[in-house]
Amino acid sequence: MRDLEAYLRPEVTSTPFCPGCGHGILMNHLLRALDALDLPPEDLLFVSGIGCAAWIPSPHFNADTLHTLHGRALPFATGAKLANPALKVIVVSGDGDLTSIGGNHLIHAARRNIPLTVICANNLIYGMTGGQAASTSPLGTKSATSPQGNPYRPFDLCRLVQGAGARHTARFAVTQPLPLIDCLQRFLALEAFTFLEVLSPCPTQFGRRNQYPTPPEMLGMLMERCITQEEARGLSPEALADRFVTGDFSDGAC
Amino acid sequence: MPATDIPSLLPPGSYYLSGNEALAEGALAAGCRYYAGYPITPSSELMERMAVRLPELGGVFIQMEDEIASVCSLIGAAWAGAKAMTATSGPGFSLMQEAIGYAAFTETPLVIADIQRAGPCTGQATRVGSGDWMQAKWGSHGDYQVIALAPWSVQEMYTMAVEAFNLAERYRVPVFVMGEEAVAHLREKMDIPSPTRVFERLKVPGAAPFSPEPVDGVPPMPAFGDGERLLVTGSTHDAAGIRRTDDPLTHARLVAHINHKILDRRRDIAATEAYFLEDAELLVAAYGFTARSALFAVRQLRREGLKVGLLRLKVVWPFPDFRFSDLPPAIKSIFVPEMNLGQVAGEIRRHVACDVHGYQQTDGDVIPPGAILARLREVLR
Repeated sequence: MRDLEAYLRPEVTSTPFCPGCGHGILMNHLLRALDALDLPPEDLLFVSGIGCAAWIPSPHFNADTLHTLHGRALPFATGAKLANPALKVIVVSGDGDLTSIGGNHLIHAARRNIPLTVICANNLIYGMTGGQAASTSPLGTKSATSPQGNPYRPFDLCRLVQGAGARHTARFAVTQPLPLIDCLQRFLALEAFTFLEVLSPCPTQFGRRNQYPTPPEMLGMLMERCITQEEARGLSPEALADRFVTGDFSDGAC
Repeated sequence: MPATDIPSLLPPGSYYLSGNEALAEGALAAGCRYYAGYPITPSSELMERMAVRLPELGGVFIQMEDEIASVCSLIGAAWAGAKAMTATSGPGFSLMQEAIGYAAFTETPLVIADIQRAGPCTGQATRVGSGDWMQAKWGSHGDYQVIALAPWSVQEMYTMAVEAFNLAERYRVPVFVMGEEAVAHLREKMDIPSPTRVFERLKVPGAAPFSPEPVDGVPPMPAFGDGERLLVTGSTHDAAGIRRTDDPLTHARLVAHINHKILDRRRDIAATEAYFLEDAELLVAAYGFTARSALFAVRQLRREGLKVGLLRLKVVWPFPDFRFSDLPPAIKSIFVPEMNLGQVAGEIRRHVACDVHGYQQTDGDVIPPGAILARLREVLR
């Protein structure tokens, strides 16, 4: 294995993430998958939107990086990939960016099947702007804009993207490193639109409002609520209500 | 500067094209090989011609889900090395404004044809307007500059499309070809010249891609995949592209740079065309389709021995203030006919001491020569 530092800009010496944030773990998983595939940094283009997760690649990764407008990472990435198909284009952004303000672009990118590896870091809330409710916040989530509890159902992102035509979708949490890295390797090796949702803990904005105020409690919540597709099989809708079903749903139902 | 003469794509000679078709052909002749767009009247024929022509030329055509996606994909394509354009009209131009600010701030060359219709809002989609000039200048937030061209003929829809790409590449800035519906749907004879002078993007391996010394310089622009490991961000960035969102000096310097690199070169960019200016006492200032009617009226009055001249603005932004602050002293007043409520007349007033008379029409129709003639006679009395 090459030293993963080869993927990081030498002038970058720290990350901007809060203590307990899962995005640094996701960064580590992504670099390991790139390294296992022996993908050299100079062949990669990372595209991100606005928000905490958009800072995973930019400015840290020592490759071409395009840090775009809020919600618009996918159309920027589409233009770059079409103009230079030799680029391996990897989109890393958050749930609010990719699925709320950018939701229209997400379904159309899935429909077109332009080869983009999309990694959606889902922390269930708007982190950078101060903990407002997201289109992914579970029912009842306390947030800065839902102090009485979120009254609206969250998106099931993998089903949404599948419904728009994507064949390759998966969901894992940062607490599932080995299957997550395996899945990333499979997706990165494809010349197709792939969508990986990664549940990432946000103790600062989500946890402290929702009874998981410390990083271990927040990680514990994810470990408890994430179950595999196999474990989910046969469970009633009630039993699945507060679970995150994880796995690679490619060419199958989730 | 790396300008080269290349043969035209269509055989040189006379053609009978619509303005939208001519604009598409000019863009292709300038090297446009990426078009992304969303259908909107009265610009759609341009997109439809690109859908036929770009695949023939090995370029990329894609219909996006909306105008926001269209212009954002242009920026991605431009950084991947392509000359990229889109076309739209007022409502779509409104949607594009945030990304136009991104392109200005990241010094991304791109071309947008804004085929103007009668606004505001949905307005009259099939009828002419010229009300997007202030939006072209100020549509995105913050202080930045763009270049906005005002074609008055099908011929200029072609030549200004070439010019738009050359300016965009040379100055790394968004350039708008602000055709009005009347010229976009007009069919008239035009010539395809050959060769075409085309400006190619400057590349200097290892050079800083942003905000160079001096502050009004234009930095070279590498592409993704060149091995430069570029950092492109819409946040405040230093010369290398690193985010500097807490540093007041970096921000002030970057804002100054993207403004000065255009404003300080406005004498090179902001072309005008003068008719009967030498001894004129009344000056008509006009642009776009309205300048055709204005020229007719001015010629008629000249035949009657009246000292009237015409200054045609081929470029509205950056504004050719130097032409107005340096007018012949005999000029006593300026008459500005416009298909809006005085957007350019207001700008002219900022730069002259004499009277400025506006003639404003916002009924979805072109201003006929007779209307200008009648008003000029009133002013002359």
